[in-house]
Amino acid sequence: MSDRFKVTKAAAGNPLNNPKVRSFVIQLAVLTLVGSIFWMLVDNTITNLQRQNIATGFGFLENTAGFGIVQTLVEYSEQSSYGRALLVGFLNTLLVAVIGIVIATILGFTLGVARLSSNWLVSKIATVYIEVVRNVPLLLQLFFWYFSVLRALPRPQESHSLLDLFFLNNRGIYGPALGIEGSTLLVLVAALIGTASSYGLKRYVRLNPTVTDGVAQFARFSPVLVLLLPCLFFLSAGMAFHVDVPALKGFGFKGGWTLIPELIALVLALSIYTAAFIAENVRSGILSVSKGQTEAARALGLKPARVLRLVIIPQALRVVIPPLTSQYLNLTKNSSLAVAIAYPDLVSVFSGTVLNQTGQAVEVIAITMTIYLGLSLFTSLFMNWYNRHMALVER
Amino acid sequence: MTETYVRTTSSPTLPAPVTHVGWVPWTRVHLFSSLGNGLLTLVGVFVLAMTLPGLLDWLFFSAVFSAESGVACVGEGKGACWAFVDAKFNQFVYGRYPGAEQWRVNLTIFLGTAGLVPLLVPNRFPKKWFVGFLLIPFPIIAFVLLPGGAFGLVPVETSDWGGLMVTLVVAVTGIAASLPLGVLLALGRGSQMPVIRTLSVLFIELWRGVPLITVLFMASVMLPLFLPEGMSFDKLLRALIGVALFSSAYMAEVVRGGLAAVPVGQYEAGKALGLTYWQSMRQIILPQALTTVIPGIVNNFIGLFKDTTLVLVIGIFDLLGIVQSNFTDPNWASPQTATTGYVFVAFVFWIFCFSMSRYSIYMERRLETDNDS
Repeated sequence: MSDRFKVTKAAAGNPLNNPKVRSFVIQLAVLTLVGSIFWMLVDNTITNLQRQNIATGFGFLENTAGFGIVQTLVEYSEQSSYGRALLVGFLNTLLVAVIGIVIATILGFTLGVARLSSNWLVSKIATVYIEVVRNVPLLLQLFFWYFSVLRALPRPQESHSLLDLFFLNNRGIYGPALGIEGSTLLVLVAALIGTASSYGLKRYVRLNPTVTDGVAQFARFSPVLVLLLPCLFFLSAGMAFHVDVPALKGFGFKGGWTLIPELIALVLALSIYTAAFIAENVRSGILSVSKGQTEAARALGLKPARVLRLVIIPQALRVVIPPLTSQYLNLTKNSSLAVAIAYPDLVSVFSGTVLNQTGQAVEVIAITMTIYLGLSLFTSLFMNWYNRHMALVER
Repeated sequence: MTETYVRTTSSPTLPAPVTHVGWVPWTRVHLFSSLGNGLLTLVGVFVLAMTLPGLLDWLFFSAVFSAESGVACVGEGKGACWAFVDAKFNQFVYGRYPGAEQWRVNLTIFLGTAGLVPLLVPNRFPKKWFVGFLLIPFPIIAFVLLPGGAFGLVPVETSDWGGLMVTLVVAVTGIAASLPLGVLLALGRGSQMPVIRTLSVLFIELWRGVPLITVLFMASVMLPLFLPEGMSFDKLLRALIGVALFSSAYMAEVVRGGLAAVPVGQYEAGKALGLTYWQSMRQIILPQALTTVIPGIVNNFIGLFKDTTLVLVIGIFDLLGIVQSNFTDPNWASPQTATTGYVFVAFVFWIFCFSMSRYSIYMERRLETDNDS
């Protein structure tokens, strides 16, 4: 004991025993180490790139891509630039993510509630679904949907059809497109205005309990606005519209809209897989609402459906939202598995085809990673905002 | 004097009324408690009736269990082609690892299992020895045995590795590397020193924000550029580095949760005892933090195990990769081959992941009761 004391006393003059000095030294050392490793990597990369005669910089984004893409949401041709291809891939990723998130949320909430159902059979079916889907790799499920289910469908000549308007075959799903002569955009805008005003009216009535009955009555029928406005525009435009029904021409279908099998497989796999995780989050959220809340609501005379809607779900949602956010992020990131079935998403188009053509690995991977990081950041910011919005109700 | 009759034995217990036992009341309570519930049950029965018979028929009744080639699986109404899995089983487990050398893989798997199983049973075995074995000698043994090239063992190129063996190698390496790295990163994130905290946060958020596929792409195309001229990494090793970096970021977040759950008093007690930072972390904080997050760690392992399938995108033949590459074998060409292969792989993964998740639930229950007492 006394030995140790002596040592401490002797070392007191040592500046390294001062916590501030020591922390500064340690941080400086770590920074130097990380910095030199980073510098070494950058130096190696530059030497290697020069040795292999690979161009550097982002100028390649202006060059002509020269390859076609199966599904494009914006105008794109083989003469377009690599930058344009990047945009096409990014939009395709967004498309899959948005559709996947919507379906996964609906399916996940249904399954989560079903698993807690008092109905034995329903709860067991939900449990089996969740336990099977959660424990099988997503890539495997994607392959199953794509190769075993969608690719095994009949050829276009023998496709399944619904009312001769919708067709299902190994090239995808085909449906009729509705075109309104000259004023499609106007009608769409009208629908948007209708939705917004209907929502605004409802909100106004909800926030101002003193409004007269007449206004409140009118607000009850506000959803009609959503349809009424576009209909008015449609009528004023002379009711001219045409239906573009897909028809078999040669070896494939022409006309109407098409969902390519890659998109369907990806959306199916992503939403079915993520729904199982969302269901578990929803279940734990509902379980976190104490039983007294249900009993109190029942005692007040609320019917079971209203108890669920007005008492349990608002409280459960607060617990569910943070894990739900990370599930949405996971779904978005998992959409990059598209590369395995050649759906033209960001990774497949940009980190795949463009990287192979240009060889500019560093730039291409950096851009891809930055976009995913940005998406993650944006989603978390939005969900944090929504979370705060929900949490405000709490007293 | 009146005579009294007192019964000395209790009367036999009467059976519960028929309205409360047996399957009839059970169905009434659990399946038909209300009109809506009854309808739900009917929907459920309908769903089962639509799926189950076809599924069972495909899996068992119409399935082909033994055959010389895929011809037997061709035909209308034929079910799963299990003969395909049977014929290729060795390849599915070992890839193209030479048959005479497969004992090395078996021995490694056996040693790993022997070291791991006693750790999973709580309070039965002296854990220190098994942890020590798994941490130091086992990786060395595995590193000598699997690639060979030393002690007179024939070298086996990693390009010949494949199947379940590669899946296990990637998963186990990822798990083993991510734990210590994750702990270090989590400590860094909670550190008082701004430089270390910022670096840890940047590292963690970078890997957590991007998909594993881009990390694997990076590992396979960018790592060679990072290295000095003349130095090159094996393809499998590159993938392993990518997986380890990626999973350590996720592990760090789990461990961070555990660190936050340790009461501040524990940190202060450590300081009051005069322990250094590392002493108090190793002996007071981490043991508590890590025990509380065992379920989270196991969940991470499950995620990592499933994610190992992604290595097939950069051309490494894991279980899924090797099964899929066998679909093109003309000898086994049949409409059912692919689906059979997928179902087989799904079953293997399901066994691993489901047992891990059951174990995590078991540990969670144990921890809950431990905390209550």
